[in-house]
Amino acid sequence: MTTPVIELAGLTKAYNLGTPVETEVLHGIDLSLAEGEFAALIGPSGSGKSTLLNIIGLLERPTGGRLSIGGRDTASLSEAEITQLRGRSIGFVFQFHHLLPAFTALENVMMPTIIARGRADDEAEATALELLDAVGLKAHALKKPAALSGGQQQRVAIARALALRPRLILADEPTGNLDTHTADDIFALLREFNRQSSCACLIVTHDPRLAARCDRIVRLVDGRIADDRPAST
Amino acid sequence: MKLRLPFAPLVALRFLREGRMQTLLILAGTTGGVAVIVFLTQLITQLQAQIVDRVLGSQAHVVIRPAEEANRRAIDEAGFASIIEPRAQRLRSIDQWENIARLAADMPGVTAVSPVVTGPAFAVRGQASKSVALMGVDAERYRRIVRMEEYMVAGRFAVDGTRAVIGSELAKDLGIRMDDKLRVALPNGRDELLQVGGIFDIGNKDLNRRWIFVTLPLAQSLLDLPGGVSNLDLTVADIFEAQPVADRLRGATSLTVESWMQTNAQLLAALRNQSVSNNLIRSFVVIIVALGIASVLVVSVVQKQKEIGILRAMGASRGMILQVFLIQGAVVGAVGSILGSALAFTLLNVFSAIYRNADGQPLFAAELEPRFIAMAAVVATAVGLLSALIPARRAARMDPVQAIRS
Ligand SMILES: Nc1ncnc2c1ncn2[C@@H]1O[C@H](COP(=O)(O)OP(=O)(O)OP(=O)(O)O)[C@@H](O)[C@H]1O
Ligand SMILES: [Mg+2]
Repeated sequence: MTTPVIELAGLTKAYNLGTPVETEVLHGIDLSLAEGEFAALIGPSGSGKSTLLNIIGLLERPTGGRLSIGGRDTASLSEAEITQLRGRSIGFVFQFHHLLPAFTALENVMMPTIIARGRADDEAEATALELLDAVGLKAHALKKPAALSGGQQQRVAIARALALRPRLILADEPTGNLDTHTADDIFALLREFNRQSSCACLIVTHDPRLAARCDRIVRLVDGRIADDRPAST
Repeated sequence: MKLRLPFAPLVALRFLREGRMQTLLILAGTTGGVAVIVFLTQLITQLQAQIVDRVLGSQAHVVIRPAEEANRRAIDEAGFASIIEPRAQRLRSIDQWENIARLAADMPGVTAVSPVVTGPAFAVRGQASKSVALMGVDAERYRRIVRMEEYMVAGRFAVDGTRAVIGSELAKDLGIRMDDKLRVALPNGRDELLQVGGIFDIGNKDLNRRWIFVTLPLAQSLLDLPGGVSNLDLTVADIFEAQPVADRLRGATSLTVESWMQTNAQLLAALRNQSVSNNLIRSFVVIIVALGIASVLVVSVVQKQKEIGILRAMGASRGMILQVFLIQGAVVGAVGSILGSALAFTLLNVFSAIYRNADGQPLFAAELEPRFIAMAAVVATAVGLLSALIPARRAARMDPVQAIRS
């Protein structure tokens, strides 16, 4: 048995800690995701899906419990180490593409590499072009995000998430903003990369159709995992 | 080969380019500020240099004279207290002036030493008689104190035998032309017939009326100072080092040593006040420019909140975000300093064409010293960097989640 890509044990998150409006939004989450696993995270609005994803993505720190990424306990890591780990091993796809408007599609896809290596190089550019080609956007490489459609923007965002070949892809409603047809395309892309590179994927979605096409469905209700089962049953 | 900028400058420049209007506004502010500072500094430096130049055009940087004589009168028998009172100074020679001259010449910073014998006399021609100052000099050496050859309107600055050089006002007052004869009479009854070998205009009517240059030996004999000199005139390499040189010489010789800075203390005080007010104006401009850069960048940080969050999510550290905004400040400062210097140069050209002296010459030269451009570049870049500090720290501390959730 290999080490899970992520492992959560008794993870809690409370906001406004120590104030009268203190609210715990995650109450002891136990979850682990293995290499190559493609899981959907579903649940009603406000149940804590985004919060959980942000914590796993090291954008927020948990209040309690344990979070390991690639076998490393993150509690003891410094801010700088957390940032580095996030940049190198996690790829994000958000509901809104969150591309940098000042940069071209190609530059956006290169950005994680530029950040990790300090500057761009020929190899980074070649990889970025390959990725854009894979998402069907090679011809649009030099366009700014504003000149792309919603679906195209989201594809660029996926290419960007894959730039450093991360072990983990976290997607928060990546198709939430798109029509059904485009949503299917985007979902298929994620699925394909998951098969190719055997990275673990955790995808938040409200769409039961898409959730059903995942390996596994984790349902969150009121900050607790209500059930966690394979999708096929 | 493509130019591949490192992360921070790449993002900084892109952010600046993206925020076109804002960037133009802070650039305009910085450019204006730099232009005002460079223009003012260049103008005041030039005008002050001209004033000092004019003053020193007819003055030695340092003058050594005999120690002043004073009457010392004992009050009590024991001589514990005494009154020192000034007394009228008679014409005296500096003791062992050759040694003193050698000592002065060897002092670091001193570039020329010229012995001078000077005393009062009357210039007489026909019925007219004018009070003058007889100046016994070695023309060759004196030229290195006051550049007399530049002021000659007739003849050369050379004295020998009874050939003398007089000022243009005296020549006019007495109706003298080149090679004319002129009698000088002294209070001690001596007199001499001089021949005018040169006429100067030193740009100062009083001196043009008073100075008569003759040879050193002639002045010595007329003034009853055989072999002596009444003062040693010195030139120093750095005019603003004249005072320390004078102080050292005074310490070494216990003679009266005065620098031009003491003789012109009032003028120097006025120049210093002008510099102080210039510095005040410069400081205000720097503060205003800094506030301008800072406030625009603060707004930009808020506007870029989302981008900052995205960059952080992709692994950019706080330090990298900090750099992105610091570089924006520095770039605005640096570019502003270049544009500002160019604007200052234009202003100098325009104003030097407009403002002219009475003689039609431009009041100041339309030139910009490279050191002021360098100063502007360094100061403006530093100010840009410092003004960006607060916004940059805000950006670095920004919570990436907040940006991504919205
Ligand atoms: N910064 C915060 N301060 C206080 N409460 C917060 C904060 N962020 C989120 N919450 C609360 O945490 C709970 C979970 O929010 P979260 O965004 O994780 O839900 P979600 O499941 O992603 O919902 P949705 O499906 O609408 O995106 C909500 O009740 C929300 O109000
Ligand atoms: Mg959400």
